[in-house]
Amino acid sequence: MAVKSAYLARKGEKGSKGEKGGKGPKATDLKNSGFSAEEEINAYRDMLLIRRFEEKAGQLYGMGLIGGFCHLYIGQEAVVVGMQMAAQEGDQVITSYRDHGHMLACGMDPAGVMAELTGRRGGISKGKGGSMHMFSREKHFYGGHGIVGAQVPLGAGLAFANRYRGNTNVSMTYYGDGAANQGQVYETFNMASIWKLPCIFVIENNRYAMGTAATRSTAVAEELGKRGEAFGIPAEQVDGMDVRAVKDAADRATEHCRSGEGPYILEMMTYRYRGHSMSDPAKYRSKEEVQKMREEHDPIEQVKARLLKSNRASEDDLKKIDGEIRDVVTRAADFATNDPLPDASELWTDIYVNA
Amino acid sequence: MPTILMPALSPTMEEGKLSKWLKNVGDAVKPGDVIAEIETDKATMEVEAVDEGPLSEILIAAGTENVKVNTPIAVIGEASAAKGPAAAAPEPVAAPVAAAVTDAAPIIVATPVAVADPDIPAGTEMVTMTVREAIRAAMSEEMRSDPDVFLIGEEVGQYQGAYKISQGMLDEFGDKRIIDTPITEHGFTGIAVGAAFAGLKPIVEFMTFNFAMQAIDQIINSAAKTLYMSGGQMGCSIVFRGPNGAAARVAAQHSQDYAAWYSQIPGLKVVMPYTAADAKGLMKAAIRDPNPVVFLENEILYGKSFDVPKVDDWIVPIGKARVARPGVDCTIVSFGIGMTYAHAAADKLAAEGIDCEIIDLRTIRPMDIGTVVESVKKTNRCVCVEEGFPRFSVTSELAAEIMTHAFDYLDAPVARVAGKDVPMPYASNLEKLALPSADEVVAAVKGVLYV
Repeated sequence: MAVKSAYLARKGEKGSKGEKGGKGPKATDLKNSGFSAEEEINAYRDMLLIRRFEEKAGQLYGMGLIGGFCHLYIGQEAVVVGMQMAAQEGDQVITSYRDHGHMLACGMDPAGVMAELTGRRGGISKGKGGSMHMFSREKHFYGGHGIVGAQVPLGAGLAFANRYRGNTNVSMTYYGDGAANQGQVYETFNMASIWKLPCIFVIENNRYAMGTAATRSTAVAEELGKRGEAFGIPAEQVDGMDVRAVKDAADRATEHCRSGEGPYILEMMTYRYRGHSMSDPAKYRSKEEVQKMREEHDPIEQVKARLLKSNRASEDDLKKIDGEIRDVVTRAADFATNDPLPDASELWTDIYVNA
Repeated sequence: MPTILMPALSPTMEEGKLSKWLKNVGDAVKPGDVIAEIETDKATMEVEAVDEGPLSEILIAAGTENVKVNTPIAVIGEASAAKGPAAAAPEPVAAPVAAAVTDAAPIIVATPVAVADPDIPAGTEMVTMTVREAIRAAMSEEMRSDPDVFLIGEEVGQYQGAYKISQGMLDEFGDKRIIDTPITEHGFTGIAVGAAFAGLKPIVEFMTFNFAMQAIDQIINSAAKTLYMSGGQMGCSIVFRGPNGAAARVAAQHSQDYAAWYSQIPGLKVVMPYTAADAKGLMKAAIRDPNPVVFLENEILYGKSFDVPKVDDWIVPIGKARVARPGVDCTIVSFGIGMTYAHAAADKLAAEGIDCEIIDLRTIRPMDIGTVVESVKKTNRCVCVEEGFPRFSVTSELAAEIMTHAFDYLDAPVARVAGKDVPMPYASNLEKLALPSADEVVAAVKGVLYV
């Protein structure tokens, strides 16, 4: 059952059903998606944390404090936040290199994440992983993987462990429209299906594999979830800019997996506002396209508008939240810029676990 | 009258067991009829008749073991003086083609020299075991004691193992823990590594390590590097195992030795046992090791028998070499199947009065260079032997390490004997030339002794 919205109904595309120029589906359009005031506020807060954190990371990158590759999640916040709203304790999360948002949504310490971006000793990986390689056993976050598509069989392996142990946990395995063309994704679909692994494949379709539009690189690009059909895996296409739609679909997917029915695919139609990485010249799409998405489909603005319209929050309430988030991010940045570099002796640690 | 010969049913089969006759003397036989069952080094196979006529003679009785390939086993056609089934197994006849098969894989099967292993307490009872049985026993023992250990790979379950390593394990452990996969190395390796991140202890069987090239990204980028990238949080206790290196007559794509490849990677441990005792003890150590271990086996060694200590929990520590044969004139360092050349050469040289010391590395990474250096300090000469490609190889590394740590003790440059720098050819004579030989090792030892 696909949830269609204005964003899905991109002009001229086959299968478009949404209302043109609409502001997304109303809460009443969505099964089980009428958020409580608390859920709406939490979603706002969690998405805003990611947004402000990523903006700060972009700024620190520009100042030369963050090196290497840095892939920002701005614009895609509703996906991971909505998915985590459906998670239960012990559910695992694994994703690619665009991973800061996932870590924050899993509850990892923003200061530790930011200090990893700056390569300091207090970083989540002691400064040895960087932007693309962070992990937390405690928060069930399994990375942070720099090889496009490699996290997909790994995520199915986490699901395999759940099934092996006979628990009801689910592995939320994220990948993008670019990784959707990696062969190992389909090797994984095959085994996940025959072994009924409790794995949700969350495709974050932000339309561009680095600089290559999905329409230029991908057969049947308008519905990537359809690729699960050949393996008997149910799929939904979801408005990934609307956190309620994401949570609604995530509820169905987690229930399916927990009841032993096997894997599930959620294709999240989303959009990144920033480049693929910080060094992206952005020649492959127009400024107008980006601007239109920000104005009409921004995931945070959608929640904000609903909160105000429904009188669940006042401007002052939201300003207070904004202030709290800014403080968290400022403290993270301060820690990340003042924490010392790793000790030279760290070069030689963590290569092997002592047997 | 057509004679039926003991067939070769796998690339490395030299002999087999004639387990059962399905036709009796006098029965009419048509082409395609299954007349007997043969147990090879890999599986139980059926033998079909090619000719038509009555089965006039059975030359090898059912139940006979070690029947050499190309031994006549039965006669089809009208017999002038048909005999009944042979009462006793006749001496296996070495047919001319059988010799050619042996020729194809120029493996010098040296009787392991009985040397007291310092790791084995004196008076320990020993049992004879093949390398195949040793690996199976090690995995089974560890699976009995740790429910988190499981075996995953192609044909490990219902087929009973492509090389019969996991024979019988499905019956004992069930399909939850002996997991048949589709032919999809990249995918199932990634799934196993993910399961290891979640705390399970997978044993991944590659049908051969040649196929693991499909999965090498998951072995290196995911399994080996994640501990470091996670600042020590995300270990990966996993064993990647399977036959490695040249078998016999399977040509370039199925004959590569990956010891040097994997040993280049910090985060991996790489072991390559020669004897059954080491195979068993190192496999148990590998399964218990909290790190990813690449366990390189050899198809030709699977069927070789060795003494294995009969102790409850036989463990050989990873990273420790073994003096396989003491000597004073020259050190020969090798590992895995390379040890067959080392032993054969040492036997030949001993007959000429040259007394070689053989070091079996057993583990390639971390390399026990200390044991090698101690030996070189005594002999002052060293020859390193491996089957793999010669360039950027394990023996290259050995030569560099010996130069660094024992330069002042060397009376000659370190010599190396390795596979030739060519893709493995198919033709039997070319294959033989591509592999090292005992004679090359003999020549190398004489070279460093200047005799």
